[in-house]
Amino acid sequence: MISRIEQDHSRFREIIRGKVRQNLRKYMARGDIIAPQGKGSVTIPMPQINIPRFTFGDNSGGGVGQGEGQPGDPVDGAQQPGQGKGKAGEGEGDKALEIEVSLDELAEILGEELGLPRIQPKGVHALETRKDRYVGLRSTGPESLRSFKATYKRALRRQIAMGTYDPRRPVIVPIREDRRYRSWRTDPRPHSNAVIIYMMDVSGSMGDEQKEIVRIESFWIDTWLRSQYKGLQSRYIIHDATARLVEREVFFRTRESGGTMISSAYKLCNELIDAEFDPEHWNVYAFHFSDGDNWSVDDTSACVRLLRDVLLPRVNLFGYGQVESPYGSGQFIKDLRGAFAKNELLITSEIKGREEIMDSIREFLRRGR
Amino acid sequence: MAALTPELRDLQSEIFGYAVEFGLDCFTTNFEMVDYRQMCEIASYGGFPVRYPHWRFGMEYDHMLKSHTYGLSKIYELVINTDPCYAYLLEGNSLVDQKLVMAHVFGHCDFFKNNAFFAHTDRRMIDGMANNAARVRRYMERHGVSAVESFIDVCLSLDNLIDPWAAQRGASRARPISEEPPEIEAGRLPTSRGYLEGFINPPELLAAEKERRRAEEEAQRRKLPRSPERDVLGFLVQHAPLESWEADVLGIIREEAYYFLPQMQTKIMNEGWASYWHSKIMTTRALRDAEVIDYADAASGVMATAPGRLNPYKLGIELFRDIEERWDRGLFGKDWAENESAAARASWDQRLGLGKQKLFEVRSIYNDVTFLDEFFTADFCERQRFFTTRENRRSGRVEVEGREFAKIKQRMLGQLTNFGQPFIFVLDANYQNRGELLLGHRHEGTDLRLDYARETLRGLERIWRRPAALLTVLDERPKRIRFDGAEISVSDEPAAQKLWS
Repeated sequence: MISRIEQDHSRFREIIRGKVRQNLRKYMARGDIIAPQGKGSVTIPMPQINIPRFTFGDNSGGGVGQGEGQPGDPVDGAQQPGQGKGKAGEGEGDKALEIEVSLDELAEILGEELGLPRIQPKGVHALETRKDRYVGLRSTGPESLRSFKATYKRALRRQIAMGTYDPRRPVIVPIREDRRYRSWRTDPRPHSNAVIIYMMDVSGSMGDEQKEIVRIESFWIDTWLRSQYKGLQSRYIIHDATARLVEREVFFRTRESGGTMISSAYKLCNELIDAEFDPEHWNVYAFHFSDGDNWSVDDTSACVRLLRDVLLPRVNLFGYGQVESPYGSGQFIKDLRGAFAKNELLITSEIKGREEIMDSIREFLRRGR
Repeated sequence: MAALTPELRDLQSEIFGYAVEFGLDCFTTNFEMVDYRQMCEIASYGGFPVRYPHWRFGMEYDHMLKSHTYGLSKIYELVINTDPCYAYLLEGNSLVDQKLVMAHVFGHCDFFKNNAFFAHTDRRMIDGMANNAARVRRYMERHGVSAVESFIDVCLSLDNLIDPWAAQRGASRARPISEEPPEIEAGRLPTSRGYLEGFINPPELLAAEKERRRAEEEAQRRKLPRSPERDVLGFLVQHAPLESWEADVLGIIREEAYYFLPQMQTKIMNEGWASYWHSKIMTTRALRDAEVIDYADAASGVMATAPGRLNPYKLGIELFRDIEERWDRGLFGKDWAENESAAARASWDQRLGLGKQKLFEVRSIYNDVTFLDEFFTADFCERQRFFTTRENRRSGRVEVEGREFAKIKQRMLGQLTNFGQPFIFVLDANYQNRGELLLGHRHEGTDLRLDYARETLRGLERIWRRPAALLTVLDERPKRIRFDGAEISVSDEPAAQKLWS
């Protein structure tokens, strides 16, 4: 039977999810809820989950305290969590209005709200690895796996039962039947079989706000794809006139001043796929963000060639997000649209500001690839 | 949930023996052992595992479980005011902790049974709560979970609008309506000369005046409520146009609010009393040599004061100890008050030995407000190092303001008055002759929290099904906040000032 509190608790979670869903556009536009890498949840500020009442505001003009101190001394930590005997149901107490939501839950909300279809992974045979875990005991096995504690206990039990145990001379001699060995179970683990390759233009025309938008977009793309693939990998490529493979932190912090050759990034991406991610086994997602200002027409046609001949045939999806910047001409997206009007694998999206992040994400992910 | 181990059962009867020896008078107390999840569950239901379903219990639970998991707080014990009394012990606590908790629980239990403010509470509330829950569940099945739940939300947002003196007032409220109002006399001007009578008090004018007064009186009589009504919830149950299930739910919320009210009115006393007795029982009877350090550790955790924060356990126990000492040594009365020699006061001892008797008297007839009002003395205040705090607007930090006794006491009493809630009355159920509901806030120096007040008015409109308004004072200006079903408006309203003068 599900206990009552579990029901109320899940009702509470439901309400929170409803609130998050209602305000998803707002949350998606802000960068501060993005989780630190490796933490499985995000903290979402939640206004007014408490029940409103006619209560006093805060102009009561101060309170009363106890202890040492001269007038003017700061009183520290108004809300120090002490060890206390809380008695229930007395007073509401100030609750942090921050709610933790796991990334899985967030992805679910995102999927429901944007109406995203589940992704059909490419390639039927998902790679699997096996992992052994020690879970129990058995009566045979190599000496190196002998469990001393279990063996000792059985021997002790047997000796007591046989009456050969002398508390004054507690010598325990295990016989073969007493011995216990640790045994393991082999769990199949689906191997990580998806990778996102992020590419970003870091040339001088991409400002901080543009990068922030890219950071937020990549967070939501990550969140969604991670809920679809176990153990998703990410790679980051930055480029100006040349491209480099970098760490995540570097990706979002770098600022160069050079010109822009987008083809350099596409080349590197292609090489990366060749070297590490065989499309036979991997679901490859590539996203490129730029302000749409490419160096030359020649380079743009080089990009189109690269996309048509090598990249698009090998990826599940290629997303191009164009962030509006005051310096960029924004020509590249028009060129791409012109060249690949009918190709479903290439999705372009213009992001004019933070407000449009949600629409852009929907555009990228709604095809379920 | 499990019964106690034989070892703990023996401890229970041992400690109960000490409690009886000291004169505590408890209901039969049933202890049960729970793990920390169950403890958090029961605690989030306010001590009753059988409450109606509502998401806020889930929120409490979420919060408690997290702060327990992160080690921020720990619920040692939980005891509820019923007969027999139920108390919960946390599994895995050390034996000395369990002893302390038992002694503490007997203190609470004695307080529940003997304090006047608990006298009218329903001691079979477990059954009451279970019945309420069953009815709410039935309504949810019939009308849908979210409909009932959102209505409960509305009711809860009003559950502090109750009359703390309702129980004491009960009898006088029920006075019968007098049958015929006495004949109204028009104001006749005095005259000593009979022949002027017809000019000074012309009959037609007198008749008109009489008619006017009668109409006024009549309007007053028809007015609802006759005088400002503190029990807003009760008023709504009676007069709001509610579906029968809605009226029942509102009644349930009201009933439970009144049940928990005395605990809010006596928090300092209740915790102080229980702490006084756990300390007494443990240090003079139950404690074994090997347990002293563990006991001291636990007790000091409970009594810890952080600067800028009042600990009701600490304040309560110190006050009770002070009372005991004062009535033992005779530090009260006219002689004591008039003697100003420090030496005489320090060595004052009339060997009255009335301390214990006084303690039991205080626990029976006081609540937090009267308790502090009478026993929070300047001496005590100074000894316990109290101070007032104030927010420094420039730095945004809270600072020590000063150590002026009058101010400290005034603040404390202010925080406790009306169990820490604003005074809100129903003023008029037919406001502006349009069937609107008018409430009034008696402003005593502190403004209401505006965003909450707006939301609460929405709830009132939902219940009253007509616009609802509240007269209050914001930033020293009389205001009216009104919700007409579509939007909230805040306007100047001079009448709000005159109300209470």
